Amino acid sequence: MADLISLHGVTLGYDRHPAVHHLTGGFACGSLTAVVGPNGAGKSTLLKGIMGMLRPFEGRVDLKGLRRAEIAYLPQQAEIDRSFPINVLDTVLLGHWRTTGAFRTVKAPLAAQARTALAAVGLVEFEHRPIGSLSVGQFQRVLFARMLVQDARLILLDEPFTAIDSRTTLDLLRLIEAWHGQGRTVIVVLHDFVQVRKHFPMSLLLAREPVAWGTTINVLTPENLAQAKAMSEAWDEHAGRCERGPTT
Amino acid sequence: MTVYGFIYTALIEPFSEYAFMRRALVGCLALAVGCGPIGVLLMLRRMSLMADAMSHAILPGAAVAFLWAGLSLPAMGVGGFFAGLVVALLAGGVARLTPLREDASFAAFYLISLAIGVLLVSARGNNVDLLHVLFGTILAVDDDSLVLMAMVATVSLAGLAVLYRPLVVECFDPGFLRSVDGGGGLAHHGFLVLVVLNLVAGFQALGTLMAVGLMMLPAAAARFWASELWALSLLAAVLAFASGYFGLVLSYHANLPSGPSIVLTAGLIYGVSVLVGPRGSLRARFLPGRHRAA
Repeated sequence: MADLISLHGVTLGYDRHPAVHHLTGGFACGSLTAVVGPNGAGKSTLLKGIMGMLRPFEGRVDLKGLRRAEIAYLPQQAEIDRSFPINVLDTVLLGHWRTTGAFRTVKAPLAAQARTALAAVGLVEFEHRPIGSLSVGQFQRVLFARMLVQDARLILLDEPFTAIDSRTTLDLLRLIEAWHGQGRTVIVVLHDFVQVRKHFPMSLLLAREPVAWGTTINVLTPENLAQAKAMSEAWDEHAGRCERGPTT
Repeated sequence: MTVYGFIYTALIEPFSEYAFMRRALVGCLALAVGCGPIGVLLMLRRMSLMADAMSHAILPGAAVAFLWAGLSLPAMGVGGFFAGLVVALLAGGVARLTPLREDASFAAFYLISLAIGVLLVSARGNNVDLLHVLFGTILAVDDDSLVLMAMVATVSLAGLAVLYRPLVVECFDPGFLRSVDGGGGLAHHGFLVLVVLNLVAGFQALGTLMAVGLMMLPAAAARFWASELWALSLLAAVLAFASGYFGLVLSYHANLPSGPSIVLTAGLIYGVSVLVGPRGSLRARFLPGRHRAA
């Protein structure tokens, strides 16, 4: 299947230190991929690079004409002000940004879609609750409802189940599988190998350098995991310049 | 004297007798309408102290206008507006291009700006002029100034209505706004312009030292009574006007300067709200009453 995203020798990082080093490959259209690897392996950095929030030092991220509005992105530590006076329904309605933009009105069908999304995440009677009154798990459901409404072709999730109870995790995993079934491309950063083996057909094992990328069964082998672990996590403050040529 | 007579003398007579009191009251109404909602958004965006810094930053612009055109409030307002914008842009630029945080760069620029302003005023004017600029002259508000204040209120409400959604989202979930729309630069800068406009209007009445008084105190007080954004904004505007009204009454009867009387009244309302407001006040914390059944 054709790729929705192609990475051509992509190097991303901070302060000239690479966090993702010379990554080449593609996320197939409609694929469901788990990005795994040790801490500091560059998983979150890769998602930021795909979102265009971080410019590659080298190489190129090719989104094949996918527009920003067609991507839904849930960062790891969302900078959300949970004390802000906004209710659940209004939060979910923001998912219609592609339609409403900053200025257009929210018409009745859009509101109906938002209510359907709330029902799909199991929060039927929560519409008018202020978000500050929700538990962490309930709030994560609200954010998933907002992504349902976004109706995006590409969905990027960065450790969406950290500090989330197991029941909510299962419900949200079902939503991810439903997105996969609808032909959307989904990329999820995860730590739990059991979840990955059970729910994710494709995996990318990163340890700054790509270790393996392909079907989960072939990626999550003991040898690959050992190799990923062995790759140094700490960066060398005085590392010299990388002399590797661009790989395209 | 009957009770009604007493109420009339205390609360109505100052305004029915004196045109300058009526003008001051209308000025307070115009200020309250704009400053209420702006103050609530400043508070939610954690920019309360930044607004304070901005209010000092408008001084050199007002001072230049003062040297050029004398004690003309509209001219000083225009000068202050541009000085405020320059400081906002410089401070925002330094915060974006260097590791210095926005609050620190704002503090740096407002101090420079305030010092330049005081120097400029004292270069030609006398201490009375400086006091006028620092503490405001709401009792000397003329028709031109009133029109300017009313225009600011109108522009603020219209501007807020247009910018409402991006402002709310940029404050509540900036990462989401960046991911769907590439950031809220337009909303942020539009909002800064509105803040400067309202500070200029407030400066006419309360002076550069306390121009934020009718912005931040009613907004902070409203937080203890309401929880939704529209209710907070409405309540802040009402409380701001009440502060203006009772502050003027106080200043009239006790023969006190009007600016500090208005701000102190707002401070009193804030204090009462902190103590007994239904949401998160000290009373709600220490004497919450019996817990609910569900």
